[in-house]
Amino acid sequence: MAFFLETLMGGLMAGMLYSLVALGFVLIFKASGVFNFAQGAMVLFAALAMARFAEWIPAWLGIDNMIVANVLAFMVAGVIMFVVAWCIERLVLSHLVNQEGTTLLMATLGITYFMEGLGQSLFGNDIYQINIGMPKDPILAFDSVFEGGVLINKEDLIAALIAALLVAALSIFFQKTSTGRALRAVADDHQAAQSIGIPLNRIWVIVWCVAGLVALVAGMIWGSKLGVQFTLTTVALRALPVIILGGLTSVPGAIIGGLIIGVGEKLSEVYIGPLVGGGIEIWFSYVLALVFLLFRPQGLFGEKIIDRV
Amino acid sequence: MFYRENGQFKTTYQADQQIFPIRQDRLAIGLILVLAFFVVPSLADDYFFRAILIPFTIMSLAALGVNILVGYCGQISLGSGAFMAVGAYGAYNFFVRFPDMPLVPALLLGGLCATFFGILFGLPSLRVRGLYLAVATLAAQFFSDWMFLRIKWLLNDSDSGSVSVSGLQVFGIPIESALSKYLFCLSVLVVMALLAKNLVRSAIGREWMAMRDMDVAAAVIGIRPMYAKLSAFAVSSFIIGVAGALWAFIYLGSWEPAAFSVEVSFRLLFMVIIGGLGSIMGAFFGAAFIVVTPIALNLFLPALFGLFGLQISTAGLSHAELMIFGGLIVWFLIVEPHGLAKLWSVAKQKLRIWPFPH
Repeated sequence: MAFFLETLMGGLMAGMLYSLVALGFVLIFKASGVFNFAQGAMVLFAALAMARFAEWIPAWLGIDNMIVANVLAFMVAGVIMFVVAWCIERLVLSHLVNQEGTTLLMATLGITYFMEGLGQSLFGNDIYQINIGMPKDPILAFDSVFEGGVLINKEDLIAALIAALLVAALSIFFQKTSTGRALRAVADDHQAAQSIGIPLNRIWVIVWCVAGLVALVAGMIWGSKLGVQFTLTTVALRALPVIILGGLTSVPGAIIGGLIIGVGEKLSEVYIGPLVGGGIEIWFSYVLALVFLLFRPQGLFGEKIIDRV
Repeated sequence: MFYRENGQFKTTYQADQQIFPIRQDRLAIGLILVLAFFVVPSLADDYFFRAILIPFTIMSLAALGVNILVGYCGQISLGSGAFMAVGAYGAYNFFVRFPDMPLVPALLLGGLCATFFGILFGLPSLRVRGLYLAVATLAAQFFSDWMFLRIKWLLNDSDSGSVSVSGLQVFGIPIESALSKYLFCLSVLVVMALLAKNLVRSAIGREWMAMRDMDVAAAVIGIRPMYAKLSAFAVSSFIIGVAGALWAFIYLGSWEPAAFSVEVSFRLLFMVIIGGLGSIMGAFFGAAFIVVTPIALNLFLPALFGLFGLQISTAGLSHAELMIFGGLIVWFLIVEPHGLAKLWSVAKQKLRIWPFPH
């Protein structure tokens, strides 16, 4: 039982991180109808920028304080992500308005290649560490309930907390601020939003900036867990089942989908994996999402698809 | 000037329905075939065959298959690499497990394996479509990656995880030299392209296109969605499977699952989109672009940097290549979202009415 709970917790934590990446996908898809494959590259790019500036800034300015250095690095990386978002909107997407979804998807794949190359030539291609001072030692919980208790990684707990905070902040931003309302209006109906005077281009830049920020947070957490390296881009592929499970257009869907995928992945790996030779988590999550899709083709929380001839 | 159909009257149904109705087209195709089969082999050297021509012919074949699914039937697929892998490993198993198995039947049987795999993973297309389907087909990709890594039986219990074939021959002619490999791939490509071209202008091809343009409307006028979609998956994955088997047997010789990773799927989709969706010609253009660009960059970038007196490391070079490749793709999509085949047809139309603009 304790072991099951431990696996479950591990799955939930991993799921939280998947939701963070999935959130970036959903935000952009909702607002601009672009399926942004470059989200993984953005996570890598942001994490690389953060890791390198956290190294460089103390060397340049002579700051010893790790927290100050990290905050500064985070801010610099954030600014870089804003610039990236602006460039993507200006140079690529504004030229591709009204194109088909497939063409846009392929354009973001092109951006992916570009950003992978750019990120690695600017910041180097070794494995870097992001040290934001997360405690590594596990804590024991429920040891009064079960024998032996349940081991929980403190690091995971903090990561989940940051993710939850980010989601809360985003939902406040979307629900309460006027920019957030404009974003939701655009997501709802481009033409109607434009006709009441919402500038589409500016909204798209903002959405890409927000997605860049989400990528930065995701990159920071993944990076401090696993180290910043090229394989971080595959995180995007791990997060894809999450969004089709939750629905491409739903923010709560991304969160809940992430948790379901995270738990499903870990449980299947532990309980089914040994029977078939292990390593099944990567495709199992896709199959899990497919099973859900068979019953709800628009995902759990996606908008109902209505077909008219 | 020369490209004009004036005076070419069709007096029989047969003439009206032939595959290339314009005489100049027939001549051009004949000329290209002669060029490909006789002139190119006498000009090209070994490196040119191995680095460009053989990958180009095989990738064109694969792109042809992807184009049937994505371009004609409108089902976006990111699982093409998996179909190639199933074709390759299927052919491999038939080839090594049955003694004296000839090469061509092994390739075709590999294609059949891919067909079944494609139909299986095409089933979600009956429920979901568009980007949801694209993600759903990634399931095929990751499943095949795992399958060919972990299930040792499929690898003929090879310990290293990589498999290899040798002693290939067709009708007693050994396929060893670069020239014979090229000619073999080219022959397969020509036959398949002809079949595909005929298929897409037949009843079933029109069903696929109706499905692509609007599946609900197509269903209303009596096209069975299940039959149309799954047949597109079947035909497409058969062609992709044969291409995968060729890629493994002829081009690689010995390979492991990483040869058919998700990257291959992306590249195939690029070929189709840059070449032009829904065009047999486009598959060739796209394959040429995607195969040749990295090689050209690899050759010219060091020279270019040298021109400015810059030294560049190998890692830096590969990053610069990645950037330029990505940038080129984006640029292409912006200037010509309908692909190179569209440029081709515009040029043809212009030629047809030249010198009068209307």
